Amino acid sequence: MTLSLALEARDLSQLPSRRDEDWRWTDLRGLIRELPAPSPEVTAEISPGPFGDEGEAELLVVNGRVRGDAGLLTLAEGEARVVRLRFVSATAATGHGVKLAVSLAPGAQLTLLESYEGLAPDYLADAALGVRLETGARLERIVLAGDHAEGVSVSTASVSLAPGADFAQTVLTDGARRQRLETRVEHPGQSAAVRMDGAYLVADRRHADLTTAVNHAGTDGTTDQLVKGVVADQGRGVFQGRITVSPGADRTDARMGHHALLLSDRAEVNAKPELLIFADDVACAHGNTVGALDEDALFYAQQRGIPEAEARAMLTEAFIGEVIDRIVHEGAREVARAWAAHRRVG
Amino acid sequence: MLSIKNLHARVEAAEILKGLSLELPAGEVHAIMGPNGAGKSTLSYVLTGRQGYEVTDGTATLDGEDLLSLEANERAARGVFLSFQYPLEIPGVPAMTFLRTAMNAQRKARGEPEVSATEFLKRAREVAGQLKMDFDMLKRPLNVGFSGGEKKRMEIFQMAMLSPRLLILDETDSGLDIDALKIVADGVNALRSPDRAMLVITHYQRLLDYIRPDKVHVLAAGRIAATGGPELAHELEREGYDKYARAA
Repeated sequence: MTLSLALEARDLSQLPSRRDEDWRWTDLRGLIRELPAPSPEVTAEISPGPFGDEGEAELLVVNGRVRGDAGLLTLAEGEARVVRLRFVSATAATGHGVKLAVSLAPGAQLTLLESYEGLAPDYLADAALGVRLETGARLERIVLAGDHAEGVSVSTASVSLAPGADFAQTVLTDGARRQRLETRVEHPGQSAAVRMDGAYLVADRRHADLTTAVNHAGTDGTTDQLVKGVVADQGRGVFQGRITVSPGADRTDARMGHHALLLSDRAEVNAKPELLIFADDVACAHGNTVGALDEDALFYAQQRGIPEAEARAMLTEAFIGEVIDRIVHEGAREVARAWAAHRRVG
Repeated sequence: MLSIKNLHARVEAAEILKGLSLELPAGEVHAIMGPNGAGKSTLSYVLTGRQGYEVTDGTATLDGEDLLSLEANERAARGVFLSFQYPLEIPGVPAMTFLRTAMNAQRKARGEPEVSATEFLKRAREVAGQLKMDFDMLKRPLNVGFSGGEKKRMEIFQMAMLSPRLLILDETDSGLDIDALKIVADGVNALRSPDRAMLVITHYQRLLDYIRPDKVHVLAAGRIAATGGPELAHELEREGYDKYARAA
C-alpha cells in the first residue's frame, strides 16, 4: 500500500490507511476521496530553490519528470560532488510520482541538497529514492521540504550501505496538508555509520511525519539520531523511529533522541520510538520528550528586556539549532539556519 | 526611586504579600531579610512582572511611574534588573548573543539606537576583565554547564552591561564560596551610584558584610515587620527570625 502504487494503478484502495500500523497517524485513504488527473509536463522555467546556487550541479524534477541528467546521482569510485536535487510540484489538483537511484561507488562522496517545492495547491506527489553506498562512500543528505500547505506529499528513501560506508542526513520540514518523509536503512554494521536527524516546525493545520527505520544486520555499526519538533496552532507532528538490532549484530551502538515542544493546546505530537534488540552485546539508548516551552527561561529572557514573542522565537530557534548544528555542509547549514529563523512558529 | 505601598499579592490561591510598604530612595542600598516562606522571592517576582503573581491591592512605582501595569520586558527597559537566585540555562544561545539581544531590545524600547557589534564587544571585554571572567565563557550557551559561582558572576556581568537603575539581588550569595562572594560583591559595589538603588534580598547576614546596606528590613508573613540600620542584620543573625514570625 503506497501512494505511488495508487497513482500508478489509479486505484484508491492502494492508499495506505490508518489500519496500517505504520500509517496510523498519516492516513491517506481517509483523506483522499478521489485521485486527481496525472500531472502535465511543464516546460516553463522554474525559479531557484531553497538551496540557491549551493553546490555545483542541479537535477530538477518537475511534476515527476526529470529535467537534465539523472546520472549526476551516480558517482564513480573516488568521485565527489555537491548536487541540488529538486522535486517541484507545479500544477494544482494533479498527481505524480517519480523514482530515482543514487549510487556511490567505493570512496565516492556526495552531498545531496534535496528540496521539495510546492508551487500550487492540492497536488499528490510521491518520490522514491533508492540509495546504495559502497565501501567507504559518504553521503550527506540534507532535505528541505517546503511543500504547499494544501499539498499531499510522500517521500521514501531506501538506503543500503556497504561496510565502512557513512550515511548522514538531516530532514527539515514545515509540513503540508499531509506529508511523510520516510527513510529506511539497511545497516551492515562493520564500521558503517549512520546519522539520521530531523526537525519539524509545524503550524496552522499542517501535518509532518518523519518516519525512519534502521536495521542493524552486522556487528560494530553505529546509528545516531536526533529529531526535534515544534508544533503550534492545530499542527501535527509525527515521529516514528525504529532501530532494529538483528541477532548477532553485536557491539552495535545506537542512540535515538526525539524531543518536541507543543506551543498550543490544540497542537499534537505522536511519537513512537522503538528499539528492537535481538543481540546481547549492544549499547543502545533512546530519549523521548514532549513538553511546553520552559516558562522559567521565557521569564528570564523577558526580565532582561526581550519581548515575549521575541523570547519565544529565540528559545524555539535555539531548540531546533541543536539539530542544525550537526549539518556538516556549511552552506546547507546556513540555509537551514535561515529556514529555522524564517519558519518561526508560535 | 522605588515606592511600594500596601502591596498585596498572591500566587494561585495563597496570599503571600499582605500589605507590604517600602520606600527605596536613589543612591541607597536596602536589604530585605526574612525567614523562608516570608515572601522574599515573591516580592522580587511581583516587582519584575512574572506571570502567575497576581497583585490584588496596593501600588509599586518607579520614579512615579506605575510598574505593575507594565510587561516584564518593559520594566527591564525602564531599568529594573533582577539577579536571579537560580539563573536559568539557555541552551543554544551564546551568552553574548543573548545579552546583545536584550540590550538592543531595551534600547529599542527607549527609542535609542542599537549598540554596534564593536562597541558591544569592547564593553564586554572591559566588564569581563573587571569581574575576572574568562572571556570565552561568553561565547558558550548562556549558563549551560556553568558552576553556581559562574552563573552568579554572569548575572553581575549582565547587570553591569545593562546598567539598570533599580537592582534587585535575590539570594545572590547562595551557592557561592567566599572567593566568588567577594568578586560578586565587588562587582555589585562598583555599581553603587547616586542615581541607582539596590534591593538586596538575603536569608543570611554574611552577604551584608560585603554589600553594606543603608537600611535593613525584616520581611515576615508578607509585610515589613521591622526596619533598622545595618546592626539589625547582626541582631537577626544572633537571635533569628522567631520573634518576627511570632509577632506576625
